[in-house]
Amino acid sequence: MTASPELVQLLTPEGERVEHPDYDIELTAEEVRSLYRDLVLVRRVDLEAVSLQRQGELGIWASLLGQEAAQIGSGRAMAETDMAFPTYREHGVAWCRGVDPLYLLGLFRGVHNGGWDPYEHNFGLYTIVIGAQTLHAVGYAMGVQRDGAETATIVYFGDGATSQGDVNESFIWASVTNAPVVFFCQNNQWAISEPLEKQTRIPLYKRASGFGFPGVRVDGNDVFACLAVTRKALADARAGQGPTLVEAFTYRMGAHTTSDDPTRYRMAAELEAWKLKDPIERVKAYLFKNQLADQAFFDKVDEEADQLGRDTRRRCLELPDPEPVAIFENVYSGPHATLEEERDQYASYLAGFAE
Amino acid sequence: MTTLTLAKALNEGLRRSMEADSKVLVMGEDVGKLGGVFRVTDGLQKDFGEDRVIDTPLAESGIIGTAIGLALRGYRPVCEIQFDGFVFPAADQIITQLAKMPLRSLGHVKLPVVIRIPCGGGIGAVEHHSESPEAYFTHTAGLRVVACSNPADAYSMIQDAVRIDDPIIFFEPKRRYWDKAEVDLSAPGLPLDRARVVRQGDDVTLLAYGPMVKTCLEAAAAEEGRSIEVIDVRSLNPLDSGVLAESVRRTGRCVVVHEAPVFNGYGAELAARLTEMCFYHLEAPILRVGGFSTPYPPSRLEDHYLPDLDRVLDAVDRVFAY
Ligand SMILES: Cc1ncc(C[n+]2csc(CCOP(=O)(O)OP(=O)(O)O)c2C)c(N)n1
Ligand SMILES: [Mg+2]
Repeated sequence: MTASPELVQLLTPEGERVEHPDYDIELTAEEVRSLYRDLVLVRRVDLEAVSLQRQGELGIWASLLGQEAAQIGSGRAMAETDMAFPTYREHGVAWCRGVDPLYLLGLFRGVHNGGWDPYEHNFGLYTIVIGAQTLHAVGYAMGVQRDGAETATIVYFGDGATSQGDVNESFIWASVTNAPVVFFCQNNQWAISEPLEKQTRIPLYKRASGFGFPGVRVDGNDVFACLAVTRKALADARAGQGPTLVEAFTYRMGAHTTSDDPTRYRMAAELEAWKLKDPIERVKAYLFKNQLADQAFFDKVDEEADQLGRDTRRRCLELPDPEPVAIFENVYSGPHATLEEERDQYASYLAGFAE
Repeated sequence: MTTLTLAKALNEGLRRSMEADSKVLVMGEDVGKLGGVFRVTDGLQKDFGEDRVIDTPLAESGIIGTAIGLALRGYRPVCEIQFDGFVFPAADQIITQLAKMPLRSLGHVKLPVVIRIPCGGGIGAVEHHSESPEAYFTHTAGLRVVACSNPADAYSMIQDAVRIDDPIIFFEPKRRYWDKAEVDLSAPGLPLDRARVVRQGDDVTLLAYGPMVKTCLEAAAAEEGRSIEVIDVRSLNPLDSGVLAESVRRTGRCVVVHEAPVFNGYGAELAARLTEMCFYHLEAPILRVGGFSTPYPPSRLEDHYLPDLDRVLDAVDRVFAY
């Protein structure tokens, strides 16, 4: 995968800055170091989560390994008031929005279904049903239009999701309403065991033109390019220019989830080829080559990552199981006679065991 | 006799169906190369080819909609919905098209489409992976609805389902996929629309289907003193009410057990119908044990939500307290 008019790339896998006619980015050394730090930290949390799952502390985990640049680049492109709608794999975006990773661990541990306040972080709840959130994003953006606000909405989904009716309907709604929304598709080449060819015969970004808005393919392992392209798309949305489809071309380096065994359906060689395009290594090479960071900086980030990993683990293990009555809470906005009856019956049933 | 897991029994049944009729197709997300996330279709694509075992685009409405078209063209699609909670994008195709098109044609059209749905909880999964949506489908005329509970039934019921000309929702108890039992691959099974008495008893009848059959059998075995009859309903629609009513008239007491919420659940139909059929023989109202009127909880709480041996026996105690 090299830069081409079809693929926006600003940083090569070797860490060389390259130009693109339509996109550019000016980043201070401090900004690059901070992107690097985010990439490393979210990868570390992710690794810790995988290991917690292996030890039986999480029911399942969906790893973001390989997709850090797509998520940190797009996540950092957002303005504070912009709104994001994620799938179940957007741990890097959640990080950028200030959502404590403990919430994500709690979800996959089975303590709750998410539980963060979407309004506090401008980050919607994880959506497991493929594609459903794309329509929510468009509706939210339609609300923004009516409020006359300068706010963009961004919605995340995968390559597999592009086959869903909801996603295609969301393209239509966004197009005819000229909604201020960015469709951010992380094409990680796989939908569980199904390769991209099962979902499409044309590059995904080209779908946009049929719906009547621009589409762009960006190197999803290039955090500079993801940041630049998403910034532009969000700015266009805020300026009333309607939707953009961004296809971040990347790779799911791990299993679909910890329940999956990818050796059953894909070649090791493919994985090896993508290892050379690692999103973190290229930023590190860039920082080194341009003397924007020294070894002490990298050591410090690693240390911070280890600390974060340890903290994440400890806090995960400390998560208390919810009380049984939690089952009956938050189902409705207020008291509910039937639920109260059932809750009381169940409480007295449980009390019977104590006697 | 062969020892098979429930998943493998389904796999063998599907294999037989595909060998017997070249019009039988298997389609769904990840059913081909991967063999399904539960491996129920393992090896079928290798042996029958990509034309007959189709890794579909990720679109449930598309899976059922195209299955209807394939059926109109003479094929017999067996569709897999990956998890219970993901059948809803296909609801329109199932409810307004699949269930009603044969009637619309005044009998000219038959739609032999099987929709396999792994259902129920107990596997520590995240949201939408543990649901029991049977009542939505039993409430839709035009669909047959069945649930298997053990490997031998899984093997015969899936083959019957493929042979029958009606659309069928076929529920598979996902937490029982790895349960093993002896299966006689050559013996004909009990017909698809029949209930089975799986344990005989005199004092109370437990009615269950799918994953709860095992729970009820365990409860019956653990109970001291009372003699518990357990019936595996197997076919929810049509309902083999004769077998159920005969048992309830004899025992005079009945408890219905399912994972789905009790409120407006399938148990309500069983309780009402059997009350009408057995009123003068009943010593107590028919009781229901099931999920609460809440969404399926996060997995750390699922043991509270799912009926277990204690909750079943508690209901048995209560049905004797009248
Ligand atoms: C409606 C629906 N159908 C099926 C599933 C099961 N499922 C979970 S993830 C997945 C594949 C998604 O692929 P993609 O959209 O490419 O996202 P990725 O997992 O690769 O990030 C499937 C089929 C689901 N969650 N929702
Ligand atoms: Mg994907």
